[in-house]
Amino acid sequence: MIEIRFHGRGGQGAVTSVELLALAAINEGKFAQGFPSFGPERRGAPVLAFCRVDDRHIRLRCKISKPDVVVVLDPSLIRIQNPPADLKEGGIIVLNTPKTPAEVRREYGFKHTLALVDANKVAREVLGVPIVNTTMMGALIRATGVVKLESVEPPLKERFGPLAVKNFNALKAAFEQTVIEERRS
Amino acid sequence: MAHRVGMEVSLAVSEAVQMARAEAIAAYPITPQTHIVEHLSSVVANGELEAEFVNVESEHSAISTCIGMSATGARTYTATSSQGLALMNEILFIASALRLPIVMTVANRALSGPLSIWNDHGDIMAARDIGWIQIFVENGQEAFDHSVMAFKIAENHEVLLPTIINLDGFILSHVVEAMEFPDQELVDKFLPPYHPRYCLDPAKPVTMGAFAMPEVYTEVKMAHQTALTNSYEHILKVWKEWGDLTGRHYQPVEKYKTEGAKTLLLTMGCLSEVAEVAVDEMREAGMDVGLLRLRMWRPFPFADLRNAVAGAKLLIVCDRALSLGGAAPPVLAEVRSALYAMRGRPQTASFVIGLGGRDVAPDAFKAIVAQAQEEAQQKPTQEYHIFGVRG
Repeated sequence: MIEIRFHGRGGQGAVTSVELLALAAINEGKFAQGFPSFGPERRGAPVLAFCRVDDRHIRLRCKISKPDVVVVLDPSLIRIQNPPADLKEGGIIVLNTPKTPAEVRREYGFKHTLALVDANKVAREVLGVPIVNTTMMGALIRATGVVKLESVEPPLKERFGPLAVKNFNALKAAFEQTVIEERRS
Repeated sequence: MAHRVGMEVSLAVSEAVQMARAEAIAAYPITPQTHIVEHLSSVVANGELEAEFVNVESEHSAISTCIGMSATGARTYTATSSQGLALMNEILFIASALRLPIVMTVANRALSGPLSIWNDHGDIMAARDIGWIQIFVENGQEAFDHSVMAFKIAENHEVLLPTIINLDGFILSHVVEAMEFPDQELVDKFLPPYHPRYCLDPAKPVTMGAFAMPEVYTEVKMAHQTALTNSYEHILKVWKEWGDLTGRHYQPVEKYKTEGAKTLLLTMGCLSEVAEVAVDEMREAGMDVGLLRLRMWRPFPFADLRNAVAGAKLLIVCDRALSLGGAAPPVLAEVRSALYAMRGRPQTASFVIGLGGRDVAPDAFKAIVAQAQEEAQQKPTQEYHIFGVRG
Protein backbone atom coordinates (compact mmCIF):
# COMPACT_ATOMS: atom_id res chain seq x y z
CA MET A 1 0.00 0.00 0.00
CA ILE A 2 1.13 3.51 -0.79
CA GLU A 3 -0.12 6.36 1.40
CA ILE A 4 -0.04 9.90 0.02
CA ARG A 5 -0.86 13.07 1.92
CA PHE A 6 -1.59 16.36 0.17
CA HIS A 7 -0.86 19.63 1.95
CA GLY A 8 -2.69 22.61 0.52
CA ARG A 9 -4.84 25.56 1.37
CA GLY A 10 -8.62 25.56 1.27
CA GLY A 11 -9.67 26.21 -2.33
CA GLN A 12 -6.46 24.93 -3.96
CA GLY A 13 -8.06 21.63 -4.89
CA ALA A 14 -6.16 19.15 -2.70
CA VAL A 15 -9.36 17.15 -2.16
CA THR A 16 -10.08 17.05 -5.88
CA SER A 17 -6.54 15.73 -6.43
CA VAL A 18 -6.89 12.80 -4.03
CA GLU A 19 -10.31 11.94 -5.41
CA LEU A 20 -9.03 11.96 -9.00
CA LEU A 21 -6.03 9.86 -8.00
CA ALA A 22 -8.22 7.32 -6.24
CA LEU A 23 -10.54 7.12 -9.25
CA ALA A 24 -7.55 6.68 -11.60
CA ALA A 25 -6.20 3.84 -9.44
CA ILE A 26 -9.64 2.19 -9.25
CA ASN A 27 -9.90 2.44 -13.05
CA GLU A 28 -6.65 0.45 -13.22
CA GLY A 29 -8.30 -2.31 -11.18
CA LYS A 30 -6.60 -1.32 -7.94
CA PHE A 31 -8.21 -0.39 -4.64
CA ALA A 32 -7.98 3.16 -3.39
CA GLN A 33 -9.35 5.73 -0.98
CA GLY A 34 -9.45 9.48 -1.53
CA PHE A 35 -10.73 11.64 1.31
CA PRO A 36 -10.38 15.10 2.86
CA SER A 37 -9.37 16.08 6.35
CA PHE A 38 -12.98 16.29 7.40
CA GLY A 39 -14.47 19.50 8.53
CA PRO A 40 -15.91 22.80 7.42
CA GLU A 41 -14.32 24.23 4.28
CA ARG A 42 -12.27 27.35 4.89
CA ARG A 43 -10.70 29.08 1.91
CA GLY A 44 -7.04 29.79 2.46
CA ALA A 45 -6.66 27.76 5.65
CA PRO A 46 -4.09 24.92 5.67
CA VAL A 47 -5.83 21.65 4.77
CA LEU A 48 -4.86 18.02 4.33
CA ALA A 49 -6.19 15.44 1.91
CA PHE A 50 -5.39 11.75 1.83
CA CYS A 51 -5.00 8.99 -0.75
CA ARG A 52 -4.31 5.30 -0.24
CA VAL A 53 -3.69 2.89 -3.11
CA ASP A 54 -3.34 -0.87 -2.72
CA ASP A 55 -3.82 -4.13 -4.62
CA ARG A 56 -6.50 -5.25 -2.18
CA HIS A 57 -9.45 -3.80 -0.25
CA ILE A 58 -8.28 -1.11 2.17
CA ARG A 59 -9.61 -1.44 5.70
CA LEU A 60 -8.12 1.64 7.35
CA ARG A 61 -10.53 4.44 8.25
CA CYS A 62 -8.06 6.82 9.84
CA LYS A 63 -5.92 9.70 8.71
CA ILE A 64 -2.54 9.01 7.17
CA SER A 65 -0.03 9.61 9.93
CA LYS A 66 3.06 7.97 8.37
CA PRO A 67 2.86 8.83 4.67
CA ASP A 68 5.03 7.38 1.91
CA VAL A 69 4.68 10.64 0.03
CA VAL A 70 3.76 14.21 0.91
CA VAL A 71 2.64 16.56 -1.85
CA VAL A 72 2.95 20.23 -0.94
CA LEU A 73 0.81 22.45 -3.16
CA ASP A 74 1.84 25.66 -1.46
CA PRO A 75 5.46 26.09 -0.30
CA SER A 76 4.39 28.63 2.33
CA LEU A 77 2.96 25.65 4.26
CA ILE A 78 6.40 24.17 4.93
CA ARG A 79 7.09 26.56 7.80
CA ILE A 80 3.56 26.15 9.20
CA GLN A 81 2.96 22.40 8.92
CA ASN A 82 6.39 20.82 8.41
CA PRO A 83 4.79 18.25 6.05
CA PRO A 84 7.67 15.71 6.03
CA ALA A 85 7.91 15.56 9.84
CA ASP A 86 6.29 12.10 9.93
CA LEU A 87 7.28 10.93 6.44
CA LYS A 88 8.39 7.29 6.25
CA GLU A 89 12.06 6.46 5.97
CA GLY A 90 12.65 6.45 2.21
CA GLY A 91 9.62 8.68 1.63
CA ILE A 92 9.26 11.33 -1.05
CA ILE A 93 8.54 15.06 -0.84
CA VAL A 94 6.75 16.42 -3.92
CA LEU A 95 7.01 20.18 -3.78
CA ASN A 96 5.71 23.11 -5.81
CA THR A 97 8.74 25.39 -6.03
CA PRO A 98 10.85 27.26 -8.57
CA LYS A 99 13.98 26.34 -6.57
CA THR A 100 16.60 23.69 -7.28
CA PRO A 101 17.03 20.61 -5.08
CA ALA A 102 20.22 22.07 -3.60
CA GLU A 103 18.44 25.31 -2.70
CA VAL A 104 15.50 23.44 -1.15
CA ARG A 105 17.79 21.22 0.91
CA ARG A 106 19.78 24.23 2.09
CA GLU A 107 16.67 26.19 3.01
CA TYR A 108 14.65 23.47 4.77
CA GLY A 109 17.20 20.80 5.67
CA PHE A 110 15.18 18.04 3.92
CA LYS A 111 16.99 14.68 3.65
CA HIS A 112 14.27 12.77 1.78
CA THR A 113 13.99 12.22 -1.97
CA LEU A 114 12.76 15.42 -3.60
CA ALA A 115 10.47 15.82 -6.62
CA LEU A 116 10.31 19.50 -7.53
CA VAL A 117 8.34 21.39 -10.13
CA ASP A 118 7.46 25.05 -10.58
CA ALA A 119 3.75 24.25 -10.66
CA ASN A 120 2.68 27.89 -10.37
CA LYS A 121 4.54 28.65 -13.61
CA VAL A 122 3.15 25.56 -15.40
CA ALA A 123 -0.40 26.27 -14.26
CA ARG A 124 -0.17 29.93 -15.29
CA GLU A 125 1.15 28.99 -18.72
CA VAL A 126 -1.17 26.08 -19.46
CA LEU A 127 -4.31 26.81 -17.44
CA GLY A 128 -4.00 30.57 -17.25
CA VAL A 129 -4.56 30.50 -13.48
CA PRO A 130 -2.21 29.51 -10.64
CA ILE A 131 -4.35 26.57 -9.46
CA VAL A 132 -1.84 23.80 -9.11
CA ASN A 133 -3.70 20.72 -7.91
CA THR A 134 -3.90 18.87 -11.24
CA THR A 135 -0.44 20.13 -12.20
CA MET A 136 1.07 18.71 -9.01
CA MET A 137 -0.52 15.34 -9.78
CA GLY A 138 1.86 15.18 -12.76
CA ALA A 139 4.83 15.62 -10.44
CA LEU A 140 3.47 13.02 -8.03
CA ILE A 141 2.94 10.47 -10.82
CA ARG A 142 6.45 11.11 -12.15
CA ALA A 143 7.95 10.61 -8.69
CA THR A 144 5.94 7.51 -7.68
CA GLY A 145 4.29 5.87 -10.69
CA VAL A 146 1.31 5.34 -8.37
CA VAL A 147 -0.96 5.42 -11.42
CA LYS A 148 -0.37 5.65 -15.16
CA LEU A 149 -0.58 9.13 -16.64
CA GLU A 150 -3.39 8.12 -19.01
CA SER A 151 -5.48 6.66 -16.15
CA VAL A 152 -6.11 10.19 -14.86
CA GLU A 153 -7.70 11.35 -18.10
CA PRO A 154 -11.17 9.71 -17.72
CA PRO A 155 -11.79 11.00 -14.17
CA LEU A 156 -10.48 14.43 -15.23
CA LYS A 157 -13.01 14.49 -18.08
CA GLU A 158 -15.78 13.42 -15.76
CA ARG A 159 -14.89 16.11 -13.22
CA PHE A 160 -13.91 19.06 -15.43
CA GLY A 161 -15.74 18.46 -18.72
CA PRO A 162 -14.35 20.83 -21.39
CA LEU A 163 -11.64 22.08 -18.99
CA ALA A 164 -10.21 18.56 -18.64
CA VAL A 165 -7.95 18.96 -21.71
CA LYS A 166 -6.12 21.97 -20.25
CA ASN A 167 -5.79 20.28 -16.88
CA PHE A 168 -4.41 17.12 -18.45
CA ASN A 169 -1.94 19.20 -20.48
CA ALA A 170 -0.77 20.94 -17.29
CA LEU A 171 -0.43 17.57 -15.60
CA LYS A 172 1.65 16.23 -18.50
CA ALA A 173 3.81 19.36 -18.60
CA ALA A 174 4.55 19.01 -14.89
CA PHE A 175 5.29 15.32 -15.39
CA GLU A 176 7.95 16.30 -17.98
CA GLN A 177 9.43 19.16 -15.97
CA THR A 178 9.66 17.52 -12.54
CA VAL A 179 13.19 17.30 -11.19
CA ILE A 180 13.89 14.32 -8.95
CA GLU A 181 16.81 14.03 -6.59
CA GLU A 182 17.34 10.90 -4.50
CA ARG A 183 17.58 11.15 -0.75
CA ARG A 184 20.75 12.18 1.02
CA SER A 185 22.06 9.72 3.54
CA MET B 1 -22.96 -8.07 -15.37
CA ALA B 2 -21.94 -6.32 -12.22
CA HIS B 3 -19.50 -3.49 -12.78
CA ARG B 4 -16.78 -1.97 -10.66
CA VAL B 5 -16.97 1.74 -9.88
CA GLY B 6 -14.99 4.33 -7.97
CA MET B 7 -17.27 6.78 -6.22
CA GLU B 8 -17.83 8.75 -3.05
CA VAL B 9 -19.78 6.49 -0.69
CA SER B 10 -22.56 9.09 -0.23
CA LEU B 11 -23.17 9.04 -3.96
CA ALA B 12 -23.15 5.24 -3.98
CA VAL B 13 -25.96 5.30 -1.44
CA SER B 14 -27.88 7.66 -3.74
CA GLU B 15 -27.25 5.28 -6.64
CA ALA B 16 -28.59 2.40 -4.54
CA VAL B 17 -31.75 4.36 -3.74
CA GLN B 18 -32.11 5.21 -7.42
CA MET B 19 -31.62 1.56 -8.46
CA ALA B 20 -34.17 0.58 -5.80
CA ARG B 21 -36.57 2.91 -7.67
CA ALA B 22 -37.60 4.96 -4.65
CA GLU B 23 -40.80 6.83 -5.47
CA ALA B 24 -40.92 9.44 -2.74
CA ILE B 25 -38.13 11.34 -1.00
CA ALA B 26 -38.32 14.15 1.52
CA ALA B 27 -35.14 15.40 3.13
CA TYR B 28 -33.38 18.33 4.66
CA PRO B 29 -29.62 18.73 4.18
CA ILE B 30 -27.35 18.26 7.18
CA THR B 31 -23.64 17.51 7.27
CA PRO B 32 -22.35 14.81 6.71
CA GLN B 33 -25.44 13.36 5.05
CA THR B 34 -25.97 16.20 2.57
CA HIS B 35 -24.28 14.68 -0.49
CA ILE B 36 -26.73 11.77 -0.46
CA VAL B 37 -29.91 13.81 -0.82
CA GLU B 38 -28.22 16.50 -2.90
CA HIS B 39 -27.41 13.84 -5.50
CA LEU B 40 -30.89 12.33 -5.27
CA SER B 41 -32.51 15.72 -5.76
CA SER B 42 -30.47 16.22 -8.92
CA VAL B 43 -31.31 12.80 -10.38
CA VAL B 44 -34.99 13.46 -9.71
CA ALA B 45 -34.73 16.94 -11.25
CA ASN B 46 -32.91 15.50 -14.28
CA GLY B 47 -35.64 12.95 -14.80
CA GLU B 48 -33.27 10.04 -14.13
CA LEU B 49 -35.39 8.88 -11.21
CA GLU B 50 -39.17 9.04 -11.42
CA ALA B 51 -39.92 10.14 -7.89
CA GLU B 52 -41.44 12.91 -5.88
CA PHE B 53 -38.72 14.90 -4.13
CA VAL B 54 -40.16 17.16 -1.46
CA ASN B 55 -37.98 19.98 -0.17
CA VAL B 56 -38.87 20.70 3.40
CA GLU B 57 -37.83 23.26 5.99
CA SER B 58 -36.66 20.87 8.71
CA GLU B 59 -36.02 17.23 9.51
CA HIS B 60 -39.22 17.16 11.56
CA SER B 61 -41.08 17.97 8.36
CA ALA B 62 -38.92 15.57 6.33
CA ILE B 63 -39.91 12.53 8.34
CA SER B 64 -43.52 13.75 8.68
CA THR B 65 -43.72 14.10 4.89
CA CYS B 66 -42.18 10.64 4.52
CA ILE B 67 -44.91 9.23 6.73
CA GLY B 68 -47.59 10.80 4.56
CA MET B 69 -45.98 9.61 1.34
CA SER B 70 -45.33 6.10 2.63
CA ALA B 71 -48.94 5.90 3.83
CA THR B 72 -50.10 6.43 0.26
CA GLY B 73 -48.14 3.32 -0.73
CA ALA B 74 -45.03 4.93 -2.22
CA ARG B 75 -41.53 3.50 -1.73
CA THR B 76 -40.14 6.19 0.55
CA TYR B 77 -36.61 7.29 1.47
CA THR B 78 -34.88 9.93 3.55
CA ALA B 79 -31.49 10.54 5.14
CA THR B 80 -30.19 12.56 8.04
CA SER B 81 -27.51 12.96 10.72
CA SER B 82 -27.13 14.02 14.31
CA GLN B 83 -29.27 17.07 15.17
CA GLY B 84 -31.49 16.20 12.22
CA LEU B 85 -32.22 12.78 13.64
CA ALA B 86 -32.80 14.34 17.05
CA LEU B 87 -35.27 16.84 15.55
CA MET B 88 -37.14 13.92 13.93
CA ASN B 89 -37.38 12.12 17.23
CA GLU B 90 -41.07 12.29 18.15
CA ILE B 91 -42.09 11.38 14.59
CA LEU B 92 -39.71 8.41 14.38
CA PHE B 93 -41.82 6.53 16.92
CA ILE B 94 -44.96 7.26 14.91
CA ALA B 95 -43.41 5.99 11.66
CA SER B 96 -42.69 2.61 13.21
CA ALA B 97 -45.97 2.41 15.13
CA LEU B 98 -47.84 3.05 11.86
CA ARG B 99 -45.74 0.21 10.38
CA LEU B 100 -44.61 2.30 7.42
CA PRO B 101 -41.61 0.83 5.58
CA ILE B 102 -39.60 4.04 5.19
CA VAL B 103 -35.87 3.56 4.58
CA MET B 104 -33.50 6.10 6.10
CA THR B 105 -29.74 6.47 5.95
CA VAL B 106 -28.18 7.95 9.05
CA ALA B 107 -24.68 9.28 8.38
CA ASN B 108 -23.67 8.98 12.02
CA ARG B 109 -22.44 12.17 13.65
CA ALA B 110 -21.95 13.36 17.21
CA LEU B 111 -24.71 15.31 18.90
CA SER B 112 -24.17 18.87 20.12
CA GLY B 113 -22.88 20.17 22.44
CA PRO B 114 -20.27 21.13 22.01
CA LEU B 115 -21.18 21.45 18.35
CA SER B 116 -19.38 18.77 16.37
CA ILE B 117 -19.97 17.79 12.75
CA TRP B 118 -17.76 14.73 13.11
CA ASN B 119 -18.49 11.07 13.52
CA ASP B 120 -19.65 9.03 16.46
CA HIS B 121 -22.74 6.95 17.23
CA GLY B 122 -24.33 9.32 19.75
CA ASP B 123 -27.11 10.27 17.32
CA ILE B 124 -28.44 6.78 16.67
CA MET B 125 -27.95 5.60 20.24
CA ALA B 126 -30.23 8.43 21.39
CA ALA B 127 -32.81 7.01 18.95
CA ARG B 128 -32.22 3.43 19.98
CA ASP B 129 -35.78 2.69 21.08
CA ILE B 130 -37.72 4.17 18.17
CA GLY B 131 -38.91 0.72 17.06
CA TRP B 132 -37.11 0.72 13.70
CA ILE B 133 -34.87 -1.98 12.27
CA GLN B 134 -31.29 -0.67 12.61
CA ILE B 135 -28.28 -1.97 10.68
CA PHE B 136 -24.64 -0.83 10.67
CA VAL B 137 -22.29 -0.94 7.66
CA GLU B 138 -18.50 -0.80 7.47
CA ASN B 139 -17.52 0.20 3.93
CA GLY B 140 -18.88 1.57 0.67
CA GLN B 141 -19.87 -1.81 -0.73
CA GLU B 142 -21.89 -2.62 2.37
CA ALA B 143 -23.48 0.84 2.31
CA PHE B 144 -24.66 0.18 -1.24
CA ASP B 145 -25.82 -3.39 -0.61
CA HIS B 146 -27.73 -2.62 2.57
CA SER B 147 -29.37 0.47 1.07
CA VAL B 148 -30.97 -1.78 -1.55
CA MET B 149 -31.76 -4.64 0.84
CA ALA B 150 -33.37 -2.31 3.40
CA PHE B 151 -36.36 -1.69 1.11
CA LYS B 152 -36.97 -5.39 0.63
CA ILE B 153 -36.76 -6.02 4.38
CA ALA B 154 -38.94 -3.06 5.38
CA GLU B 155 -41.64 -3.72 2.78
CA ASN B 156 -42.08 -7.43 3.53
CA HIS B 157 -45.69 -7.83 4.65
CA GLU B 158 -44.53 -9.89 7.64
CA VAL B 159 -42.22 -7.03 8.66
CA LEU B 160 -43.61 -3.62 7.62
CA LEU B 161 -41.16 -1.63 9.72
CA PRO B 162 -39.07 1.40 8.87
CA THR B 163 -35.38 0.66 8.56
CA ILE B 164 -32.25 2.68 9.26
CA ILE B 165 -28.90 2.01 7.65
CA ASN B 166 -26.17 3.55 9.79
CA LEU B 167 -22.98 4.61 8.07
CA ASP B 168 -20.21 6.53 9.76
CA GLY B 169 -20.23 10.21 8.80
CA PHE B 170 -17.20 11.52 6.91
CA ILE B 171 -14.90 8.54 7.56
CA LEU B 172 -17.22 6.50 5.36
CA SER B 173 -19.68 8.93 3.77
CA HIS B 174 -17.01 11.20 2.27
CA VAL B 175 -14.49 8.63 1.04
CA VAL B 176 -14.04 7.88 -2.66
CA GLU B 177 -13.48 4.14 -2.93
CA ALA B 178 -14.03 1.07 -5.09
CA MET B 179 -17.34 -0.74 -5.12
CA GLU B 180 -19.20 -3.20 -7.30
CA PHE B 181 -22.66 -2.25 -8.55
CA PRO B 182 -25.09 -4.89 -9.79
CA ASP B 183 -27.09 -4.42 -12.98
CA GLN B 184 -30.45 -2.73 -12.78
CA GLU B 185 -32.08 -6.00 -13.94
CA LEU B 186 -30.70 -7.83 -10.91
CA VAL B 187 -32.00 -5.15 -8.53
CA ASP B 188 -35.41 -5.12 -10.25
CA LYS B 189 -35.66 -8.88 -9.95
CA PHE B 190 -34.54 -8.81 -6.32
CA LEU B 191 -36.76 -5.87 -5.38
CA PRO B 192 -40.12 -5.83 -7.16
CA PRO B 193 -42.38 -2.76 -6.87
CA TYR B 194 -43.80 -2.10 -3.41
CA HIS B 195 -47.34 -3.31 -2.88
CA PRO B 196 -48.62 -1.90 0.40
CA ARG B 197 -50.82 -4.03 2.59
CA TYR B 198 -52.83 -1.00 3.60
CA CYS B 199 -52.64 2.50 2.19
CA LEU B 200 -54.50 5.78 2.10
CA ASP B 201 -56.98 5.48 -0.72
CA PRO B 202 -60.19 7.55 -0.99
CA ALA B 203 -61.89 4.58 -2.67
CA LYS B 204 -61.13 2.36 0.28
CA PRO B 205 -60.85 4.52 3.39
CA VAL B 206 -58.80 3.40 6.40
CA THR B 207 -57.76 5.19 9.59
CA MET B 208 -54.06 5.61 10.24
CA GLY B 209 -52.64 7.21 13.33
CA ALA B 210 -55.66 6.75 15.55
CA PHE B 211 -55.33 7.24 19.28
CA ALA B 212 -55.41 4.25 21.61
CA MET B 213 -57.37 3.89 24.80
CA PRO B 214 -55.63 2.25 27.75
CA GLU B 215 -57.50 -0.93 26.81
CA VAL B 216 -55.48 -1.40 23.61
CA TYR B 217 -52.24 0.64 23.86
CA THR B 218 -50.32 -2.18 25.52
CA GLU B 219 -51.49 -4.69 22.93
CA VAL B 220 -50.44 -2.43 20.05
CA LYS B 221 -46.99 -1.99 21.59
CA MET B 222 -46.77 -5.75 22.10
CA ALA B 223 -47.63 -6.28 18.42
CA HIS B 224 -44.90 -3.79 17.45
CA GLN B 225 -42.37 -5.54 19.67
CA THR B 226 -43.33 -8.92 18.20
CA ALA B 227 -43.02 -7.59 14.66
CA LEU B 228 -39.56 -6.15 15.35
CA THR B 229 -38.34 -9.34 17.03
CA ASN B 230 -39.77 -11.49 14.26
CA SER B 231 -38.22 -9.30 11.56
CA TYR B 232 -34.95 -11.09 12.38
CA GLU B 233 -35.70 -14.16 10.27
CA HIS B 234 -36.91 -12.06 7.33
CA ILE B 235 -33.79 -9.90 7.46
CA LEU B 236 -31.67 -13.04 7.27
CA LYS B 237 -33.70 -14.35 4.32
CA VAL B 238 -33.20 -11.09 2.41
CA TRP B 239 -29.48 -11.05 3.21
CA LYS B 240 -29.17 -14.66 2.02
CA GLU B 241 -31.00 -13.98 -1.21
CA TRP B 242 -28.71 -10.99 -1.89
CA GLY B 243 -25.67 -13.07 -0.94
CA ASP B 244 -26.66 -15.81 -3.38
CA LEU B 245 -27.08 -13.23 -6.15
CA THR B 246 -23.94 -11.19 -5.49
CA GLY B 247 -21.59 -13.41 -3.50
CA ARG B 248 -21.64 -10.92 -0.63
CA HIS B 249 -23.08 -12.54 2.49
CA TYR B 250 -23.96 -10.74 5.72
CA GLN B 251 -24.67 -11.95 9.25
CA PRO B 252 -26.09 -10.28 12.39
CA VAL B 253 -22.79 -10.90 14.22
CA GLU B 254 -19.80 -11.47 11.97
CA LYS B 255 -16.67 -13.23 13.17
CA TYR B 256 -13.12 -12.40 12.23
CA LYS B 257 -10.28 -14.72 13.26
CA THR B 258 -12.23 -15.93 16.29
CA GLU B 259 -10.99 -19.54 16.12
CA GLY B 260 -9.43 -20.36 19.47
CA ALA B 261 -9.55 -16.70 20.54
CA LYS B 262 -9.62 -16.23 24.30
CA THR B 263 -9.96 -12.46 23.90
CA LEU B 264 -12.59 -10.98 21.58
CA LEU B 265 -13.07 -7.37 20.52
CA LEU B 266 -16.59 -6.27 19.59
CA THR B 267 -17.10 -3.28 17.29
CA MET B 268 -19.73 -1.65 15.06
CA GLY B 269 -19.47 0.35 11.84
CA CYS B 270 -16.14 1.55 10.45
CA LEU B 271 -14.29 0.65 13.63
CA SER B 272 -14.62 -2.96 12.56
CA GLU B 273 -12.27 -2.97 9.59
CA VAL B 274 -9.70 -0.90 11.48
CA ALA B 275 -9.92 -3.44 14.31
CA GLU B 276 -9.40 -6.26 11.77
CA VAL B 277 -6.04 -4.76 10.86
CA ALA B 278 -5.10 -4.70 14.55
CA VAL B 279 -6.28 -8.31 15.00
CA ASP B 280 -4.10 -9.38 12.05
CA GLU B 281 -1.08 -7.78 13.69
CA MET B 282 -1.86 -9.28 17.13
CA ARG B 283 -2.42 -12.73 15.61
CA GLU B 284 0.95 -12.46 13.85
CA ALA B 285 2.49 -11.67 17.22
CA GLY B 286 1.03 -14.93 18.55
CA MET B 287 -1.86 -13.44 20.56
CA ASP B 288 -5.16 -15.34 20.60
CA VAL B 289 -7.34 -12.31 19.79
CA GLY B 290 -10.36 -12.25 17.49
CA LEU B 291 -13.08 -9.80 16.49
CA LEU B 292 -16.88 -9.73 16.48
CA ARG B 293 -18.54 -7.18 14.21
CA LEU B 294 -22.07 -6.35 15.30
CA ARG B 295 -24.09 -5.55 12.19
CA MET B 296 -27.68 -5.90 13.40
CA TRP B 297 -28.47 -3.48 16.22
CA ARG B 298 -32.28 -3.72 16.16
CA PRO B 299 -33.62 -6.32 16.54
CA PHE B 300 -30.69 -7.23 18.80
CA PRO B 301 -29.30 -10.66 17.83
CA PHE B 302 -29.12 -12.19 21.31
CA ALA B 303 -28.62 -15.82 20.27
CA ASP B 304 -26.01 -14.98 17.63
CA LEU B 305 -24.02 -13.01 20.17
CA ARG B 306 -24.12 -15.79 22.76
CA ASN B 307 -22.98 -18.33 20.16
CA ALA B 308 -20.23 -16.04 18.95
CA VAL B 309 -18.66 -15.50 22.38
CA ALA B 310 -18.75 -19.17 23.44
CA GLY B 311 -15.26 -20.22 24.47
CA ALA B 312 -13.90 -16.71 24.95
CA LYS B 313 -12.64 -15.59 28.36
CA LEU B 314 -12.63 -11.84 27.77
CA LEU B 315 -14.99 -9.77 25.60
CA ILE B 316 -13.94 -6.17 24.99
CA VAL B 317 -16.86 -4.03 23.84
CA CYS B 318 -15.96 -0.84 21.96
CA ASP B 319 -18.68 1.81 22.02
CA ARG B 320 -18.68 4.96 19.92
CA ALA B 321 -21.17 6.68 22.22
CA LEU B 322 -21.73 7.41 25.89
CA SER B 323 -24.65 6.88 28.20
CA LEU B 324 -23.99 9.77 30.56
CA GLY B 325 -24.62 8.85 34.15
CA GLY B 326 -25.73 5.38 33.15
CA ALA B 327 -24.51 1.91 33.98
CA ALA B 328 -22.70 1.34 30.73
CA PRO B 329 -22.28 2.73 27.21
CA PRO B 330 -25.14 1.59 24.93
CA VAL B 331 -23.57 -1.43 23.21
CA LEU B 332 -22.02 -2.73 26.41
CA ALA B 333 -25.36 -2.46 28.23
CA GLU B 334 -27.00 -4.56 25.54
CA VAL B 335 -24.20 -7.10 25.39
CA ARG B 336 -24.07 -7.56 29.16
CA SER B 337 -27.83 -8.13 29.24
CA ALA B 338 -27.51 -10.67 26.46
CA LEU B 339 -24.80 -12.56 28.33
CA TYR B 340 -26.17 -12.33 31.87
CA ALA B 341 -27.99 -15.67 31.85
CA MET B 342 -25.27 -17.44 29.89
CA ARG B 343 -23.25 -20.13 31.64
CA GLY B 344 -19.50 -19.75 31.28
CA ARG B 345 -19.95 -16.25 29.90
CA PRO B 346 -16.80 -14.24 29.21
CA GLN B 347 -15.73 -11.39 31.44
CA THR B 348 -16.55 -8.05 29.77
CA ALA B 349 -14.40 -4.96 29.43
CA SER B 350 -15.59 -1.68 27.99
CA PHE B 351 -13.97 1.13 26.08
CA VAL B 352 -15.58 4.21 24.58
CA ILE B 353 -13.59 5.30 21.55
CA GLY B 354 -13.70 7.69 18.61
CA LEU B 355 -16.12 10.31 19.99
CA GLY B 356 -16.79 13.46 17.96
CA GLY B 357 -14.44 12.51 15.13
CA ARG B 358 -11.43 11.45 17.23
CA ASP B 359 -9.21 9.48 14.83
CA VAL B 360 -8.95 5.73 15.53
CA ALA B 361 -5.96 3.87 14.10
CA PRO B 362 -5.24 0.12 14.52
CA ASP B 363 -2.77 0.81 17.36
CA ALA B 364 -5.69 1.95 19.53
CA PHE B 365 -7.14 -1.57 19.54
CA LYS B 366 -3.78 -3.06 20.45
CA ALA B 367 -3.56 -0.68 23.42
CA ILE B 368 -7.14 -1.51 24.42
CA VAL B 369 -6.49 -5.26 24.34
CA ALA B 370 -3.31 -4.86 26.40
CA GLN B 371 -5.09 -2.75 29.02
CA ALA B 372 -8.16 -5.01 29.17
CA GLN B 373 -6.08 -8.16 29.52
CA GLU B 374 -4.06 -6.61 32.32
CA GLU B 375 -7.14 -5.36 34.17
CA ALA B 376 -8.96 -8.69 33.74
CA GLN B 377 -6.58 -10.08 36.36
CA GLN B 378 -7.57 -7.38 38.85
CA LYS B 379 -10.72 -6.33 40.66
CA PRO B 380 -12.58 -3.89 38.37
CA THR B 381 -12.29 -0.27 39.47
CA GLN B 382 -14.57 1.40 36.92
CA GLU B 383 -17.44 0.37 34.67
CA TYR B 384 -15.82 1.57 31.47
CA HIS B 385 -12.88 3.52 30.09
CA ILE B 386 -12.94 6.44 27.69
CA PHE B 387 -9.94 5.57 25.56
CA GLY B 388 -7.33 8.27 25.09
CA VAL B 389 -9.19 10.92 27.08
CA ARG B 390 -7.02 13.68 28.55
CA GLY B 391 -7.32 15.21 31.97
